[in-house]
Amino acid sequence: MATYKPVVVQSFPKLGERITQDTVYWRGYKTPVQIKEFGAVNKIDFSPVPPYNYAVTASSRIHIYGRYSQEPVKTFSRFKDAAYCATYRDDGNLLVAGSEEGSIRLFDISGRAPLRQFDGHTKAVHVVGFLSDKYRIFSGGDDYSSNLWDIPSATEIVSYSEHTDYVRCGCASKVNADVFITGSYDHTVKLFDARTKSSVMTIDHGQPVESVLLFPSGGLLVSAGGRYVKVWDVLKGGQLLVSLKNHHKTVTCLCLNSSGQRLLSGSLDRHVKIYSTTSYKVVHSFNYATSILSLALSPEDETIVVGMTNGVLNVKHRKPEERKEKSQSKRQPAYRTYVKGRTYMPKQEDFCVSKPVKRVLRKYDKLLKSFQSSKALDAVLEPPIRLYTPEVTVAVMQELHRRGTLRSALAGRDEKQINLLLTFVARRVIEPRFTPVLVTVADMITDIYQPVVGQSAIVDRQFLKLQEAIGKEIDYQEELLEVLGMMDTLFATFTKKRATYLEENKSNGLTETIETNTNN
Amino acid sequence: MVAPAALRVVRCGGSSLHGARAVFSADSKYLLCAAGDFVKMYSVATEETLRLMGGHADLVTGIQLNPHNRMQLYSSSLDGSIKLWDFMDGIPIKTFTVGPKLLALYALASCEDSVFVVIPKSGERDTFQLVSVKLTKAAGQDVEAKELSVVLDGVDASPKRIAFGREGEYVASVKDVNLQVYFFKQKQLNRFSVSATKTKSGNNHFTCMACHPTQDCIATGHADGKIRLWYANFYHRKEYTFTTLHWHHDSVMDLAFSIEGTSLLSGGVESVLVLWHNESDCQKDFLPRLGSAIEYISMSSDGTLCCTLHTDNRITIINSNLRFSKSIQGLIKSPDIKTGLVVDPRTKALVLNGEPGHLQFYCLRSDQQLFSLDIVQRQYIHQAGLKQADLVKVAFSAQGKWLATVEEREEVTDPELQLKLWFYDEETQSFKLNTRINMPHDDHITDMCFRDMDELEDDSLILVTAGRDCVFKVWMMVEDTDPEAQQSVSWSCDFVGSYHNYQATNCCFSEDGSLLAVSFEETVTVWDSVTWDLKCTFCHPPGKIRNICFGRLTCSKYLIGATDGGFLCCWNLLSCALEWSAHLNVSVLQPDPLSEHIAAVSWLSKESSLFVFKPNEPRPIYIQRNLSKEKIQLAAFVPRDEPEMIGSEKYLWLRRSQLFFLTDTQELMTLSAKSLEERLTPSSKQLAVEESLPVTPFSLLLGKHRRQRSQEGTDLGKLIVHNKHEQDSPAVKELLHTPAHVLPSASFLCPIFINSLLISKENKSAEEVADEVDMESEKTEDDSDEEGEVTEMEQEDKSPTELLGEMTCKLSKSQEKELRKIRKMDYSWISAF
Repeated sequence: MATYKPVVVQSFPKLGERITQDTVYWRGYKTPVQIKEFGAVNKIDFSPVPPYNYAVTASSRIHIYGRYSQEPVKTFSRFKDAAYCATYRDDGNLLVAGSEEGSIRLFDISGRAPLRQFDGHTKAVHVVGFLSDKYRIFSGGDDYSSNLWDIPSATEIVSYSEHTDYVRCGCASKVNADVFITGSYDHTVKLFDARTKSSVMTIDHGQPVESVLLFPSGGLLVSAGGRYVKVWDVLKGGQLLVSLKNHHKTVTCLCLNSSGQRLLSGSLDRHVKIYSTTSYKVVHSFNYATSILSLALSPEDETIVVGMTNGVLNVKHRKPEERKEKSQSKRQPAYRTYVKGRTYMPKQEDFCVSKPVKRVLRKYDKLLKSFQSSKALDAVLEPPIRLYTPEVTVAVMQELHRRGTLRSALAGRDEKQINLLLTFVARRVIEPRFTPVLVTVADMITDIYQPVVGQSAIVDRQFLKLQEAIGKEIDYQEELLEVLGMMDTLFATFTKKRATYLEENKSNGLTETIETNTNN
Repeated sequence: MVAPAALRVVRCGGSSLHGARAVFSADSKYLLCAAGDFVKMYSVATEETLRLMGGHADLVTGIQLNPHNRMQLYSSSLDGSIKLWDFMDGIPIKTFTVGPKLLALYALASCEDSVFVVIPKSGERDTFQLVSVKLTKAAGQDVEAKELSVVLDGVDASPKRIAFGREGEYVASVKDVNLQVYFFKQKQLNRFSVSATKTKSGNNHFTCMACHPTQDCIATGHADGKIRLWYANFYHRKEYTFTTLHWHHDSVMDLAFSIEGTSLLSGGVESVLVLWHNESDCQKDFLPRLGSAIEYISMSSDGTLCCTLHTDNRITIINSNLRFSKSIQGLIKSPDIKTGLVVDPRTKALVLNGEPGHLQFYCLRSDQQLFSLDIVQRQYIHQAGLKQADLVKVAFSAQGKWLATVEEREEVTDPELQLKLWFYDEETQSFKLNTRINMPHDDHITDMCFRDMDELEDDSLILVTAGRDCVFKVWMMVEDTDPEAQQSVSWSCDFVGSYHNYQATNCCFSEDGSLLAVSFEETVTVWDSVTWDLKCTFCHPPGKIRNICFGRLTCSKYLIGATDGGFLCCWNLLSCALEWSAHLNVSVLQPDPLSEHIAAVSWLSKESSLFVFKPNEPRPIYIQRNLSKEKIQLAAFVPRDEPEMIGSEKYLWLRRSQLFFLTDTQELMTLSAKSLEERLTPSSKQLAVEESLPVTPFSLLLGKHRRQRSQEGTDLGKLIVHNKHEQDSPAVKELLHTPAHVLPSASFLCPIFINSLLISKENKSAEEVADEVDMESEKTEDDSDEEGEVTEMEQEDKSPTELLGEMTCKLSKSQEKELRKIRKMDYSWISAF
């Protein structure tokens, strides 16, 4: 014998953005905190040790912010002109920064005055950083040179002048203490080994390089410049793995998340895009008010800090997820008593009496089960169902129609109820998923209540609203058809050209360009 | 060419069970049903068909237990004969030939050697009379029974409209709006009638009736859903009262009183069994959703079980407390089989429409429904005139991994269509819904097929649907693109093809899956299944294409098509030309999946004929005329588990697979070269008589007790045997018979004695000291061998105990071990002396 089958509520695939684990994860941030800086923020760097303070370089100052502080906990302001690229050492004790006047300064986090000053660049130094052995510093300057410095003696170890334009970005390998890379406006990224006199590898990015990044494994290199983000395999001698073109303005900064699974890129087009490092597809994107210059993620992805051209620092903190656990812990004893004896294994001599599982039916299902169609319709016209899950209301209407009792369920209602019904129909009839059912319902309502039209002002108004809604929809559909016709003619002319376009694609061979919709 | 008699058309299932009420055997263990020309016996406990009793030449219309011998059964049939059966053995005892058509059968305990039957009144059409037939006690199998005496005139033909009351004191019959009651003793006939009224829901004609077993009370059911209970002193015409019970909204199909008469059961189109408790205060219980309309209700003689027969040939057995107990399901009869006959590749079961909205999997071997898959998943309302969604198309992929179903609901404006794709879940062993597509076509789907490629099942599975909206659509499996999301597949449309705005009617893939043939009204188009390019078209006017199929194996270059105009055409795909055509009005065209043969069933002038041919030659291999009197709707080849040995070369086409047909009345037939006796399974031959003894709590208790005692007895016996064995041991004998003064000390004899008691390997470690266990366990086997040797030695000459006795009495453990080693040595040299 079959049990009662509840009404099937049709679920429709959600259009637009699909909810993935990534979107859930990256949406889990609180509303951002905005901090005004003195000038364009050119670098943000998180301290690698707790409490994960971050250094923000803007104009002639370096501010160090605590995790939740809106005011800087410390300020380094011994720069005559703009400071650049304040970067922490691996142990979080030292900070190095370049400057417009060409000198590099090394600070102790606890002190104020620079510990060391490295002079040697003739022009502004836009990029500095520590090598992974902690005792050497690399730098790149607008004098086209990339230098290596010894911290204890404050002397230059080696200077490479291989770039032919400003050196604006760089990065040290975490695996090998002698290797660092620099990117320059001459469209190249060069890999240097401190043990050799010249660069080891040169990669042509094709656009002025704004940012470079090495994966923690040291095998993959990411370069950003122009609208492109390109990933290169260093171990294969600098072979292009993938080229991403998801921004429509220059990409200015790159960043990896703490797990290394996601790559973030910020751009002048005011977007931060998040890529999966396995498929190199955009999994999520953030939108900001102005063009982005710098970007940093704290360990564990706790905080996203974005610096803009107008000097605004945008700080997003992750939402705490503790509340859920609390409520669960409260319920636990009750749950335990509830499952008491569930795991009992019957012994051989036990006599089992099975208890039928009680199925909980929704209210409308109970009413439909006992064939009370009018009451079932009333049940689904109650506010929570009608407003938040209109698909349930429509499903029940459809079920009633299927049973042939929709007309009797709709009939015999008073002014208030007709008003409610008509409001619902007028609002939802234009939704494509509900249209087929609600058109029948509207048809029946007008049929049944035709004789009473004119007796109540409220009902009359609702009828007019319904007419208006349907009229609008018809106009809209006509317009759409016109557009479709226009597009058809366009497509008809395209078909011949497409064949040649396909052939071009094939000749490209190795280089694979992933293009997705850029205008979100 | 005339078919040799060896190949016979055999009915193998799906016969209608609507001949008569089912009858429980006296012990309520078996259920007897009229099934077409047969009487079927089911086991109530296991639901299986135990016996099929055949012998009637036409439909069986009534079955009754012999009131004087509960192991015998009367059955009546339209062929005019009554048969007496011993149903435990399945043997016909006697056949009484009555003559006219028998429409119903009743047997009474009070009437010796006569039964009541309903026969048509001679000379008048549509008038029937109830007569009693004297069953002569003459010897012989076939007896004439021509002694008829009319009891009631003007009765209805339906067996539900006559009932005997109060141990056969009176008989009551209803027809239209009249009720007549006849008292046997008084020979008095009373007539009552209800005034004919027509209401919205129907008229108040009588539909069925039942008599109270002890009181003068008659319950009648009406077409408008009312039940009237007539209490009366029916001796006097005017004194009668009736009360009305009304719950059914449609006509009452059957009524039955409980054995004590305290409650009344009623059933109808709503497929709800209603139990009316006490007639006075309308208390009632329901057993809803029994699947389909209730046709007959019958009670077992002890009142513990009740059984309902449904219009779809299902039997439901219900406990006395109105709990659903079991359901006996053969081939469920569906109002309209739209899906066709499909074979499930996994279970080799026939798949077709079952109960509304369900797909039934029917096992051909056991004549049982394997399971019913709910496709529509909506509550079915049993009400006439409602348009509800039903299943119209079914297709399986080659391995049975995917199932595609199409359901539609007829609407005034446009039909509601859904295409569902089901994935076979190995864990739950059932189909799981994977993708649901709303409105796959704008109009009805006419045909659907999978690309049958055995080896490429996983990724390149393709489904093609042809619709009346002039297109065919190709559906492909797509994997979800996100690599981190859990791997899942869904189906989406890949290609839409059309041809000159003609309606697509059939589609079919070639055997290797490279070509797709789609018929558009009068034209067959052939498409490449990789690029979806139109390759060529075939046309053979006049008439629209009704069926198409590709040849298989050696004949895979041929495409066969059958047209409305009565032509069977065969096109060669290599030359793109018509190979041959034949004038044949083909209604069913079915290729055998395992051979080149194609079966075509034609319908010509009131009989169906079967033609089996190979596409490469226009001459048929086999023709069977007069396959059935009814129109054959559907046919299917079911692969055999192992190729059957067939003697005649003519029937070689039956070697690999068997052909099944479904007729208009939904009877399943097959062609078989075997005789009927061979087809019966041997398991149904014997029924243990003991089993028919009812099991009482007392007998259970007694049985337990007995079993325990007998077990104890055997245990004791074993012990005794062991003891004897041990006493036989010579070592023990020696010990007992030797005088005490010559024996060595007891501490030395002890291990030997204990060793001699060792009998089996099982308890080897039991008597050993813990620190010696590991050592001993290795040795025990040797020990037992050694034992034998020792005893031998004793018998031969000197006893070793005496020898050892001369040694020092106290032996350390190590010394003992040494001793054993010595004993293990080969002493056979002694015997040489």
